[in-house]
Amino acid sequence: MLEYKGRPNRLGIWGWLGGGRWGAERYLYTLHRLTGLGLLAYLLMHILVTSARALGQQAWQQAMATVAGAIFTLGEYAVFVAFAFHAINGIRLVLIELGIGVGRPIEPVYPYRTSVNVQRPLAVGVMIVAAVLVVLGGLDFFVLK
Amino acid sequence: MRDQRWWTWHIAASAVILVFLGLHMVIMHLDAVIGIFNPHGGHPIEWANVVERARSGFFMVTYIVLLGAALFHGLYGLRTILFELNPAPALKRGLNAVLVLGGFGLFVLGTWAAWQSFVLATTQAVAHTL
Repeated sequence: MLEYKGRPNRLGIWGWLGGGRWGAERYLYTLHRLTGLGLLAYLLMHILVTSARALGQQAWQQAMATVAGAIFTLGEYAVFVAFAFHAINGIRLVLIELGIGVGRPIEPVYPYRTSVNVQRPLAVGVMIVAAVLVVLGGLDFFVLK
Repeated sequence: MRDQRWWTWHIAASAVILVFLGLHMVIMHLDAVIGIFNPHGGHPIEWANVVERARSGFFMVTYIVLLGAALFHGLYGLRTILFELNPAPALKRGLNAVLVLGGFGLFVLGTWAAWQSFVLATTQAVAHTL
């Protein structure tokens, strides 16, 4: 991570809310962080709750009974949606990190062109895949059971 | 340079998570659509299904690998977000210590649970055959 000497990150987390000229990808970045934080919070609780299986059937069933009910089902679906988004958007971020899907480097000659438009089809594509997963999950959670 | 190396591990961990958490999500939350690794039918969290997965060496090992990768990926991501807010150096050291100790503690707990339930499930399976 870069050290900011004399140039603090003045916007802080409020900077997440402003897309500015980065457009939709900036909001995907914000959503990626928010879903990441949500998934981390869930993971920490999940480790504690599911460790009950090591204590036998009764402890397991007791633990599962404490997290049963409509509110927990909705919460679990929210976790599934966050996972679908974070995982599929994460694939996009790794591809971009590796220089895939961002177009070839070009000379910075006026009028300048932005690579954001080159990346846009990838962003749209991964969001469609994430949406399909969200719908499949919704079917599983609320329709087929 | 050290942070660059941690960042590479962060991305490598994401690939591990994608595979094993993807499998976990399919087993747990797409069971009515795809339905794998739930040999006793019903809900994936029913005790019989839990025992069946727990006695598999594959699941025991991959749970531990997933646990380590997810904790590292999640806690390093949280550290990145917190450090972007430019905390004081002393606070940075404190955060590092809390994240490392907390992550290590949860890893030990999760690994113990995976191993203990493996032992419990294999013992139950042997008792059934006797």
